[in-house]
Amino acid sequence: MKARTRAAALLLTPFLLLFTAVLVVPIGYAVWLSLFTEKQSGLGFGGSETVFTGLGNYATALGDRAFREGFGVLLGYCLLYLPLLLGGALGLALLLDSALARARRFFQLALFLPHAVPGIIAALIWVYLYTPQLSPVVKAMEAGGIGFDFFSPEGALPSVVNIALWEWLGYNLIIFYAALQAIDRSVLEAATVDGAGAWRTAFSVKVPLLRGSLAMVGLFTVIGSLQLFTEPLILSRGTGSAVTSTWTPNMYAYSAAFDRNDYGLAAAASILLALTAALLSFAVTRLTRDRKEKAA
Amino acid sequence: MSTPRSRWLSKGAVNGVLLLATCYMLFPLVWLVTAATKDAGGLLAGDAFSFEGFDLGGNLARLAAYNDGVYFRWYLNSLLYAGVGAAACALISVAAGYAFHVYDFRGKEKLFGLVLLGVLVPTTALALPMYLLASDLGIVNTYAAVLLPVLVNPFGVYLSRVLCAAYVPDEVLEAARIDGAGELRVFWSIGLRTVMPGFVTVFLFQFTAVWNNFFLPLVMLSDQKLFPLSLGLYAWNSNAHAEPDYYPLVVTGSLLAVVPLVLAFVSLQRHWRAGLTAGSVK
Repeated sequence: MKARTRAAALLLTPFLLLFTAVLVVPIGYAVWLSLFTEKQSGLGFGGSETVFTGLGNYATALGDRAFREGFGVLLGYCLLYLPLLLGGALGLALLLDSALARARRFFQLALFLPHAVPGIIAALIWVYLYTPQLSPVVKAMEAGGIGFDFFSPEGALPSVVNIALWEWLGYNLIIFYAALQAIDRSVLEAATVDGAGAWRTAFSVKVPLLRGSLAMVGLFTVIGSLQLFTEPLILSRGTGSAVTSTWTPNMYAYSAAFDRNDYGLAAAASILLALTAALLSFAVTRLTRDRKEKAA
Repeated sequence: MSTPRSRWLSKGAVNGVLLLATCYMLFPLVWLVTAATKDAGGLLAGDAFSFEGFDLGGNLARLAAYNDGVYFRWYLNSLLYAGVGAAACALISVAAGYAFHVYDFRGKEKLFGLVLLGVLVPTTALALPMYLLASDLGIVNTYAAVLLPVLVNPFGVYLSRVLCAAYVPDEVLEAARIDGAGELRVFWSIGLRTVMPGFVTVFLFQFTAVWNNFFLPLVMLSDQKLFPLSLGLYAWNSNAHAEPDYYPLVVTGSLLAVVPLVLAFVSLQRHWRAGLTAGSVK
């Protein structure tokens, strides 16, 4: 028995050490940092000193309109992105799962392929496709009489959502498709025997069975969305887009840390963001668990 | 009941929609391939699908020559970060997942719950404190600054535990113990071997994650020689708006950066499918 305990400890140690070093300690350090601020001493020369400010940085962040607007942007982003992503991925998975689909392996692979493209490169490709001088898309749209400026204030949100959708649609489609394939075939046969057509089976049998997968994908998507950074960063640099350098809370934290060297404020902003993620995931898991218990 | 005609129609509709979605997914990639064959003038003409200004060879030559071949240095860096990082991460994750599956100890499920919480922590929220800690330790702007954080993947541990439960046969472990093999020996020659497909899955996921990683190197590195591809292309793109000659470099460089991942995914389909399926079953 003792040998087993020792082996368990040995096998777990590398992971737990690193887990502590790159997750637990940085979280603790971020909390610590967020409680301090730099003050110019005296007349402004003689450098600055670090002083304890309690929750001062949190108040500064929450009081800053740019930071609050970042959350507004995230809300708008989720409201547009989530239905498109979940609806699109689920819809395509149902089509792929239907008896009518051909060349299933080809479609799965082709639809998944964008996920193999690094986020930064996906963003670069799409920004080039949005740029009027470079893009065959904008030219074709203009020829068709549709003038849409992807860099205008109205274009900002759709431009970012489109990039994210392109990257994540296939990935979530495969998750849903795998869950659909795992459904007990006898349940589906029973529905057919009862006279349910393909549509009816899809919406009254398959979709309800996928609720767990839907909730999980939804949760991970929202948590991922809270971290929105790379795509809008590319849009914000040199394209003349309406996307600013503090467009999302994460960009706000980055800009506070590396443009303004205000580490306390950056840490406070990051922690507020992480807390939002924690609250959301707590609420979602609670909600789905209650549902399950009621159903049981 | 449906007539053959209506069945034929719905078959067309279903596959038509799938085909349309496929076009949306593949169009930017096709554009990337054709755009990489053009010089700056041809690119700016915006007609990506003509052969005007065809200069793939020139683009590749310029890519290789620019700044003493710094692009291929970035390429090697990316291979190093992703290859070494993912291999070590997969080994560490599988060891931990195996221990969680095989052994019983006090507080095991609590510890596992803590690890799972780690999945939910926004990684970008960690980058800043990690940067400051790294600068205290004096490892900012080194390979270690990017390599160390990517060794940890809580989801990899979760996946490994699930896959160990599916693959590792308890009776065989027991038989090996009776034959006198030590616990670590049992892990190394039976556990790890039987869960090899799981190891490859974790490796593949982490390789992609590290290859795609942008935020961490952006924060940690300022020396161009240490850049991975993602950061290097980002730096070039920042120049392109003022200096259009950078456009072909960014486009051709992006194409070459995408190729290994696409090849890996096409050839290792079985493994990423396994990972996604395990992720979808609760």
